[in-house]
Amino acid sequence: MHVLSRLKLHCGNVLRELLKNKILFLMLTPVILYFIIFHYLVMPGAYVAFVDFNISKGIFASKFVGLANFEFLVKNGDLWNITKNTLLYNFAFLALGNVIQIVFAIMLYEISSSWFKKVSQSVLLLPHFISMVIVGVFAYNMFNFKTGFINTMLVSLGMDRYEFYSDPGIWKYIIVAFKIWSATGYGMIVYLATIAGINNDLYEAAYMDGASRSQRIRYMTLPMLKPTFILLLLFGLGGILKGSFDLFYNLIGTNSVLYPQTDIIDTYVFRSLVGQFNFSMGAAVGFYQSLFGLVLVFTVNLIVRKIEPDSALF
Amino acid sequence: MNAKTVGKEDAGSLFIKAISYISITVFALACLFPFVLMISSSFMREDEIIREGYKLIPNHFSVKAYEMLLNNSDALYKAYGVTIFITVVGTVAGLLMMSMAGFVLNRKDFKYRNFFSFLIYFTTLFAGGLIPSYILMVKYLHLKDSLFAMILPGVVGAWSIFLMRNFMKAIPDSLYESATIDGAGDFRIYWQIFMPLAIPALATIGLFSALGFWNEWYNGMLYIQSPAKYPLQYFLQRMINQTNIQALINQGAVINTADLPSQSIKMATAVLATGPIILLYPFAQRYFVSGLTIGAVKG
Repeated sequence: MHVLSRLKLHCGNVLRELLKNKILFLMLTPVILYFIIFHYLVMPGAYVAFVDFNISKGIFASKFVGLANFEFLVKNGDLWNITKNTLLYNFAFLALGNVIQIVFAIMLYEISSSWFKKVSQSVLLLPHFISMVIVGVFAYNMFNFKTGFINTMLVSLGMDRYEFYSDPGIWKYIIVAFKIWSATGYGMIVYLATIAGINNDLYEAAYMDGASRSQRIRYMTLPMLKPTFILLLLFGLGGILKGSFDLFYNLIGTNSVLYPQTDIIDTYVFRSLVGQFNFSMGAAVGFYQSLFGLVLVFTVNLIVRKIEPDSALF
Repeated sequence: MNAKTVGKEDAGSLFIKAISYISITVFALACLFPFVLMISSSFMREDEIIREGYKLIPNHFSVKAYEMLLNNSDALYKAYGVTIFITVVGTVAGLLMMSMAGFVLNRKDFKYRNFFSFLIYFTTLFAGGLIPSYILMVKYLHLKDSLFAMILPGVVGAWSIFLMRNFMKAIPDSLYESATIDGAGDFRIYWQIFMPLAIPALATIGLFSALGFWNEWYNGMLYIQSPAKYPLQYFLQRMINQTNIQALINQGAVINTADLPSQSIKMATAVLATGPIILLYPFAQRYFVSGLTIGAVKG
């Protein structure tokens, strides 16, 4: 009885608030509707990972099979292979990417010509603005067997053409190179903003005390970048299971010869949808990715809250 | 002694400076190289490409690929139309929705703002996944082969909403308090007071959003079936993977496939698809960088 009356009171409060701020509620409605339809309505659909999906019956009328889909993926080794690839690529992107971004941020900061600074910053940021489809065009332009630029060079030097598109080993380097190529300018600016935030008086004081440029970088700039670096690294780790689908798909496409070393979770899920129509299997991988992703983010956030409470996500 | 150390340090400084100039120049050239190669490849003669391959400096200069594209390609014009349509509609709709949400979520007298913020935020932590959302889009919302299948999934973003809210935080509360006293309604305060002040934020977020729509190919690939509705980037992607380009570029004129400069057309299409971004880049870049810095400030 007591609970009921409290519930009534609560509903009354909500209703009163709704009436009082009806315009505000109305203004918020489109966005909230969007998130409910395109995000929250999708979430229960993850159930498809636990059924033997039949498109005519729909998700919830299909036969429930428990963990059979997951079991199948573990047994045939697919899950392990794509997890391993996703993790390794993302580690490479994160570690190499951040180090290169820091190095370039420091170098750009040390340069005194403001003209050079401006132009090079613009040029380095340019790759971030184009779609990965264009990156795929670049790869075709450079690496295709018959007319690719690299092969043009090889032939003109009297060497044999190289068949890039049938050598899985070489693509891990090409993929990492294109990732670095497209992400360096963007990340560099974040670090550059951090360096610019360092108090200029400190640098001047160091200069007065006779610190050399390399000493200044080593004992001032780098330690000051450390928190940003650790933070970006940690948040990167939180998303380590999320693959860059557009990069991989546009470079590799449907060239199955290259899959052993270039197949990541996201391309696998995509193929199960488009190529094989194996919805349940794809959804099982997707669910595994989302769930572990969530656990990772919470873990990372816990760590961040310990070392730097102000930067924690929640 | 003292002079000697100073001299030594200067040499070290100079070394670091030289290395910096050289590395940045090399990386900048590496950033530009693919663009330059693509452009010069698009101006090559087909027979030279077939015989020798793509080159940085062609022996002959030819605009045949562009002529062919601009005269014969209905499909390219349509793809341009589709991309412009989704970019304009998506960006305008998104900005309206997100700025209203940002305004409301920033209002301290709006009691449930934390609840709704969390509702939005949680979607960045957990997603239903590609397969369930595909089933929702196709089976329940019937968006297969609809232009809206390319607009709706990216129209609103959680981070952009929070960026908007954080920006509105910087606008003093006294402004809307006095407007309320003057009898202005909530929507009028938003539209006449907050929107004009939020123009820098609108420009930044609008740029992010327009860029996303311009570069859209993924949802096109997933949901679009009629070639007339392909967005530009997806049209390009199909062309690159196609050996016979004739079917893609024209629907009317008959061209002998042997005469078709397929290899240079691929690059010319890529140039035409990237062109607008390169042209707008100098203006857009400023907002992009300022957006990065707003985003870095935690609210």
